[in-house]
Amino acid sequence: MNDTVPWRDRLLGGFKRTSEKLGENLTGLFTKATLDADTLDEIEEALIASDLGPSTAARVRERLEGERFERGLDVMAVREIVAQEIAKILAPVAIPLEVIAFPRPQVILVIGVNGSGKTTTIAKLAHLLTEQDYQVMLVAGDTFRAAAIGQLKVWADRVGVPIIMGKEGGDAAGLVFEGVKKGTEIGTDVLIVDTAGRLQNKAGLMDELAKIRRVLGRLNPEAPHNVVLVLDATTGQNALNQIEIFKEMAGVTGLVMTKLDGTARGGVLVAAAEKFGLPIHAIGIGETIDDLRPFDPQEVARAIAGVAPLKERTA
Amino acid sequence: MFESLSERLGGVFDRLRGRGALSEADVRAAMREVRVALLEADVALPVVRSFIDSVTEQAVGGQVLKSVTPGQQVVKIVHDALVNMLGADASELELDVTPPAVIMMVGLQGSGKTTTTAKIAKRLTERGRKKVLMASLDVNRPAAQEQLAVLGTQIDVATLPIVQGQQPVDIARRALQAAKLQGYDVLMLDTAGRLHVDQALMEEMKAVATVAQPAETLLVVDALTGQDAVNVAQSFSEQVSLTGIVLTRMDGDARGGAALSMRAVTGKPIKFAGTGEKLDGLEPFQPSRVAGRILGMGDVVSLVERAAESIKIEDAEALARKMAKGLFDMNDLRGQLQQMQRMGGLGALASMLPGVKQVKQAMASGAADDKVLVRMDAIISSMTPKERTKPELLNAKRKIRVAKGSGTTVQDVNKLLKMHQEMANAMKKIRKMGGIKGLGALLGAKGGLGGMLGGLGGGMGGGGMPQMPSGGGGLPGLPGGGNAPFNMPPGFDKFLKK
Ligand SMILES: Nc1nc2c(ncn2[C@@H]2O[C@H](COP(=O)(O)OP(=O)(O)OP(=O)(O)O)[C@@H](O)[C@H]2O)c(=O)[nH]1
Ligand SMILES: Nc1nc2c(ncn2[C@@H]2O[C@H](COP(=O)(O)OP(=O)(O)O)[C@@H](O)[C@H]2O)c(=O)[nH]1
Ligand SMILES: [Mg+2]
Ligand SMILES: [Mg+2]
Repeated sequence: MNDTVPWRDRLLGGFKRTSEKLGENLTGLFTKATLDADTLDEIEEALIASDLGPSTAARVRERLEGERFERGLDVMAVREIVAQEIAKILAPVAIPLEVIAFPRPQVILVIGVNGSGKTTTIAKLAHLLTEQDYQVMLVAGDTFRAAAIGQLKVWADRVGVPIIMGKEGGDAAGLVFEGVKKGTEIGTDVLIVDTAGRLQNKAGLMDELAKIRRVLGRLNPEAPHNVVLVLDATTGQNALNQIEIFKEMAGVTGLVMTKLDGTARGGVLVAAAEKFGLPIHAIGIGETIDDLRPFDPQEVARAIAGVAPLKERTA
Repeated sequence: MFESLSERLGGVFDRLRGRGALSEADVRAAMREVRVALLEADVALPVVRSFIDSVTEQAVGGQVLKSVTPGQQVVKIVHDALVNMLGADASELELDVTPPAVIMMVGLQGSGKTTTTAKIAKRLTERGRKKVLMASLDVNRPAAQEQLAVLGTQIDVATLPIVQGQQPVDIARRALQAAKLQGYDVLMLDTAGRLHVDQALMEEMKAVATVAQPAETLLVVDALTGQDAVNVAQSFSEQVSLTGIVLTRMDGDARGGAALSMRAVTGKPIKFAGTGEKLDGLEPFQPSRVAGRILGMGDVVSLVERAAESIKIEDAEALARKMAKGLFDMNDLRGQLQQMQRMGGLGALASMLPGVKQVKQAMASGAADDKVLVRMDAIISSMTPKERTKPELLNAKRKIRVAKGSGTTVQDVNKLLKMHQEMANAMKKIRKMGGIKGLGALLGAKGGLGGMLGGLGGGMGGGGMPQMPSGGGGLPGLPGGGNAPFNMPPGFDKFLKK
């Protein structure tokens, strides 16, 4: 782990350098004061490096600009202040996904761009809900990608839940219809539907999602109860386009962000919370079924601000 | 959300028009805008910094050419510097070694390694006439090895038989053995996705590289990647000797700043761009296109190509004949609308065209969206075949029926009719200006959404095209006539929600 010191820390506005500077700027002073321009610049750049995007980073800076703080704050204290400011933005959208549908089953449609972590998140979610004694069933709605069905099947077996599968290349909407029917028959609590990854600028594929939605509604007008958009933490500002278009075309009701176990900090969530206010349900911090965590705004804000990583690594 | 750099710089340089040389103060002011543009495009902060420094140096003191504005001049300098930094031109794979030449694919989870492995194999088989063997070393992701096997059968390229439970380094040895014995020219090793901070998996990757001695080690990166690109590039290039980069999902609408970050940090050429999920979606990387995209200047080249692809020749010819007769009915209008949808709807168009700030704003404010196209199509569907060929038949009573049938209002129907009327008028003007000879030009070159509607208007060069009444459609300040880079289809504004 020693030779993989993040390059950000070594080279540029990373938290390390930023913090050292902040430290220099702030030590030795004693009464309350506003943060000076240099400090604010450093904060803003550190936030940009966490993927908040230039305009959201500037807004967080403005929020801090007017406030007065103790003088002589050390590095950690300044980071905490930044974290608190971010947590304020994130707190209102921290809303867990709850199983409340009546009549059952609660249908959860999982969507997102290619490779964002949909299938793995479904496995994690199924595991979590099973542990809470809900009956879960999966639908292998990705009939497009090679071996996508087999992938979900492996997870279903590991978690120990039933799965509805069709043929590769088959009609996804038809299969989903089948799934809801079966799920209702056997009285399962939750039905989680996997879908093929798609980029939001492909109209044809987005129409297909709309169709899946319609088909779901035919059996139960309330379904899908949740439309969960899975975002990859390594994604930059395009995540905002993803949310906007998936929301419009597929009626996204909540977000999950994956891959927060790397060095990506997922700062785009801050911009997303401000702009869309969609619930953020959970985060993914690894590749196993235990690696799903509820979205804790404090914890994520502190990771974004560089106070503490979301997942400690043992080197 | 994004403004193009030219628009940003317009403001900075307005007061500067007509001066001779770019002063340091002017350039610095401009560079602040360039910085924001690059950050919005996801170029990593340290890369932005060094880029700005070097471009500032180049730009200060530069003479502003008579024919351009200072803003355009700076855009050009920035654009050229970007192209330069992205690498002059496409660079091919170097497989000139004693066979089998090994290509190892590495990268984060879900970046597109497996798909790209198959795409490259297909390319080498078809164009390079190479005998290729693919092997998956991904023992982590469920069904990953099956995924590659399925892709192999799709493109008729051999894959190494799967042995359950075998570990990556051993699979690599077996693959090498098989490739040698069976006389393969190229061996492609698809590896599991790994985080650059996962030391155990990084060690595994190094071990595979030691065994396989790859001629090419390609880092596969998602074009949607944000600031983390530098960390990824840095760690991977420290631990294996990369020979190149593949940037996937360039078919998306990301600005693709990661390309610049990757180049800057690794110093390795970007060899390919992934442009689709299908296995023919692989193209040599083209720096100038990507530079334009990063700057928000619109990927005009791609747009024109896509337009050419999705516009069916026969349709275009049929339309040309009708135009020559001065006929343009509802069926034609519908054809045009469907064409727009085929091209990815308004969203895709808007993201690729230069100068689409107004449309973006309209879309963001909810005034225009892809549903507009669907709604218009629904209205035409509710007309009888007769009404479609002779829209003037539509009296009040019929309009009510059509509105009901399509779940819209009579007002909507009227708007559509008005739009059709204006388009028909535009047609007549085009005919006067040279008729079907101009059709080729209409289908692309001039670009613009006007051009996309089957080219009605694009070729008008902004001159004869009925301009959108500004304000009327809730699209503030649409550039008027002249060399305006963008025109709404005539009457299209009437469809925007108020
Ligand atoms: N490190 C890490 N990897 C993850 C996480 N979530 C998913 N992955 C990995 O990311 C890759 C893609 O995950 P999938 O679940 O297959 O993604 P998907 O969205 O279903 O992909 P497509 O169906 O191909 O569009 C796999 O290798 C997963 O193991 C996470 O939270 N952390
Ligand atoms: N739209 C698009 N999708 C791609 C591209 N390359 C890969 N994908 C998709 O991205 C997802 C992950 O790809 P995969 O090759 O399995 O990634 P890996 O985990 O790195 O091996 C799959 O759904 C692919 O179909 C591309 O260039 N464009
Ligand atoms: Mg999947
Ligand atoms: Mg793979």
